[in-house]
Amino acid sequence: MKNFLLIAFDPDDALQGAGFAQSVGGGFDLLLLTGEGSLSLGAEKVMTTNWETIPPADSLATGLLALCQGYGKVAAVSSMRSKDVLARLAGLLDCAMVTDVIAIAGEDQYVRPMVAGSILATVAVRGDQTLFTVRPAGFPTQATDQVSEAEPLDLPVAGKTSRLSESAKKGGRPDLAMAKVVVSGGKPLGDAATFEQVIGGLADKLGGAVGATRAAVDSGIAANELQVGQTGKIVAPDLYIAAGISGSTQHMAGIKDSKLIVAINKDPDAPIFEMADIGLVADLFQAVPELTSKV
Amino acid sequence: MKILVPVKRVVDPYAKVRPLPDGSGLDTAGVKFDINPFDEIAVEEAVRMKEQQGDVTILVVSIGGPECEEQLRKALAIGADEAILIETTDSLDSSVVASELKAFIDEVKPDLVLMGKQATDEDTNQAGQRLAAKLDWPQATFASKIERGDGVIHVTRETDTGEETLSLPLPAVVTADLRLNEPRYIAMVGIMKARSKPLSKRGRLTDAKPKLKIVRLDSPPPRAAGIRVKSVDELVSALKERGAL
Repeated sequence: MKNFLLIAFDPDDALQGAGFAQSVGGGFDLLLLTGEGSLSLGAEKVMTTNWETIPPADSLATGLLALCQGYGKVAAVSSMRSKDVLARLAGLLDCAMVTDVIAIAGEDQYVRPMVAGSILATVAVRGDQTLFTVRPAGFPTQATDQVSEAEPLDLPVAGKTSRLSESAKKGGRPDLAMAKVVVSGGKPLGDAATFEQVIGGLADKLGGAVGATRAAVDSGIAANELQVGQTGKIVAPDLYIAAGISGSTQHMAGIKDSKLIVAINKDPDAPIFEMADIGLVADLFQAVPELTSKV
Repeated sequence: MKILVPVKRVVDPYAKVRPLPDGSGLDTAGVKFDINPFDEIAVEEAVRMKEQQGDVTILVVSIGGPECEEQLRKALAIGADEAILIETTDSLDSSVVASELKAFIDEVKPDLVLMGKQATDEDTNQAGQRLAAKLDWPQATFASKIERGDGVIHVTRETDTGEETLSLPLPAVVTADLRLNEPRYIAMVGIMKARSKPLSKRGRLTDAKPKLKIVRLDSPPPRAAGIRVKSVDELVSALKERGAL
């Protein structure tokens, strides 16, 4: 059985996930499902399927099964799409799976968050095969000079599910999960246009992504896919700016790996100030545009 | 149509929980338990389908100690028809849960399994997908909308970049995300009334063993104390000092 397979949905995903593969050690192969590139990450072998789109989970898991049977460890960066298919694959392989790995604790032991990040569990895996979804913040990818040869791979996919429609990704801003800077807003922004103007304005000035609280999403101020928190995206940017966000446990679970957290809130007792590295008690409608004009 | 909703008893998702001093488990002293919020959304969705379409029976199942009866009673109070407790004190993980549910489903043969996308205690997000794999049924995780057709369901699900709509032939497994619905409020009296609905107990159906073992639990390291700035100018200086701008 080979050592390690990293499954990447696109080249960005490969770049983010390679750090964990490097940390586990012993060499790894890379399967790139869409896009090209990612050839200098230190993989021994790069396989590319060159798909235009990712098939639904039942098809994808069936397609991946034979390949994955040959590896002791199979990992992908934590995301909704990776959890969707890898847990199905774990069912097909009847093997262990560790969700949201944040650290390696020892031989076959890994650390992962539980209870919305308020507990860190060290888990031991049983059996000779393990699947992982990995939060990349704890595993920075080391650049290598080793360029791998890409070889095309034909994965036969077949399933019962068909996709009827798919919302197109809104272009322009970087992906939340990958962005170096994230500017997030809460319900106090009031309406979608103001949210876009105030939060989007600062994000664009900083070349960052836009995030939102669950309350902002639920009240229609921000799109679903912008939700940051336990039930939304987990982010780990270099700079996280939270404007008009009180700091619910649910939201904080999604941002605690950020390198620098800045909170702007007019309530000096907002819980977010307990976790912020830099806090500014101010009305966001004045402070955020002022900040936008000064950076 | 028969809908099966598996429900899990979890520590109150809004309570602050800590590990025991020796790290061997969660300190649950004085902490309340509730039905996993995503499972509650799944029960609510099944009940809405029953209310709107009529020809639906809802079975709820839980796996665990006798105390799980409390959560099954709540599911019955929301509107499920019948509850089964697979009673065990064995340690369980997502793979064991999927194996037990698979064996149970082979007996009760539902058309649809609706369950939470993850349990808010262990946050593994695996059981639904593992179950679908074992059954060789199609799956739709992170569901935000379910529409029933003739022998199929159309599920709108949240994705990393937005949403998509899938068509799945029944039987299928669907896991509920937050926006599928907002569960109704159940007064204590409703839970008492549900006492007349059938709830039965049985033992485990498989000898599946966990594939993950929790070695220890810790609190995350506290973040270093932050600073407060008084103005946007001070904020800009602080950001520059730290190389963030």
